[in-house]
Amino acid sequence: MSFFSYFQKKSEPTSAARAKERLQIIVAHERHRRKQPDFLPKMQQEIIDVIRKYINIDSDQVVVSLDESDHCSVLELNITLPE
Amino acid sequence: MAKIIVVTSGKGGVGKTTTSAAISTGLAMRGHKTVVIDFDVGLRNLDLIMGCERRVVYDFVNVIKGESTLNQALIKDKRTEGLYILPASQTRDKDALVRDGVEKILNELAKDFEYIVCDSPAGIEQGALMALYFADIAIVVTNPEVSSVRDSDRILGILQSKSRRAEQSLEPIQEHLLLTRYNPIRVANGEMLSVSDVEDILAIPLLGVIPESEAVLKASNQGTPVILDAETQVGQAYNDAVDRLLGKDVAHRFLEEEKKSFFKRLLGGK
Ligand SMILES: Nc1ncnc2c1ncn2[C@@H]1O[C@H](COP(=O)(O)OP(=O)(O)OP(=O)(O)O)[C@@H](O)[C@H]1O
Ligand SMILES: [Mg+2]
Repeated sequence: MSFFSYFQKKSEPTSAARAKERLQIIVAHERHRRKQPDFLPKMQQEIIDVIRKYINIDSDQVVVSLDESDHCSVLELNITLPE
Repeated sequence: MAKIIVVTSGKGGVGKTTTSAAISTGLAMRGHKTVVIDFDVGLRNLDLIMGCERRVVYDFVNVIKGESTLNQALIKDKRTEGLYILPASQTRDKDALVRDGVEKILNELAKDFEYIVCDSPAGIEQGALMALYFADIAIVVTNPEVSSVRDSDRILGILQSKSRRAEQSLEPIQEHLLLTRYNPIRVANGEMLSVSDVEDILAIPLLGVIPESEAVLKASNQGTPVILDAETQVGQAYNDAVDRLLGKDVAHRFLEEEKKSFFKRLLGGK
């Protein structure tokens, strides 16, 4: 580490810090997905197909997720309709 | 009861074979009769790292298919007493590793050996799945780099859902993180993920940190497991890791760059 990089280090996050931040986000996301049942992606696709019969939406406008807590499971269906 | 250890990673080229050779040698050196199995069908390499490539006659797939006996395929290590190698096949038939066949061989080996070390291939295909399926202990080899850490997390997911212990709801596989190719200088400069960064993300116990070093290449050129180079940092780090695996409480070493003088630091000298 040189004399100048001492000052640099204080101001902007290092590239390792950026790597850690990105990893934390993607790993949390993938862990969540792993816990979802295998049928979920297929179900999501079928829901999209049904909606598309009536409304023109993109596939990323539908989010399906299943959250399990102690004594109940919640199936959440989030559809963003175009304006 | 024999313990089955899988050395796995998801990502390729992170140091699984280097680690399998080192850990199995280290276990045998400490008096535990050990066999190390190469699961990398089609890309056998463990024989080269162990320096026994010219003594391979039969292999893992030959034994599964009943073309040879287990004893004919096992190679006795010439340097370390109590160490045997079961080489991988060079066949291109990736599905040769059928679960029943693998299980039968592991059961037979378990009668004779204390430790069975499985060197997994990269990826999450059949060979990698078979290498981890029967494991009691997993050593997850990870480099301090984004794609390696992410793949290690995926492998942890597989260990927790697709292994025998997971499927049969037994006590889970014991997971250990082995961080390899670690460069403390680059970590200090903020260019490389640190040990604690990787520990934070993967959240499994740390078995050891193996520094990046030329000693590994040198050892592989000669066909000597690097753990036998006891004067090198890598050799010492692997020895520490084996001691920890056996339950010893050993402090981690080589995590920081060697102290440089103030003036050298000021001038950015290496
Ligand atoms: N600590 C280290 N320092 C320097 N080089 C290393 C270190 N560990 C491994 N290597 C080098 O990295 C390369 C890959 O190592 P190795 O074959 O053990 O990885 P692998 O995970 O088994 O690969 P594959 O996924 O292809 O089976 C080799 O060239 C090896 O010499
Ligand atoms: Mg390998």
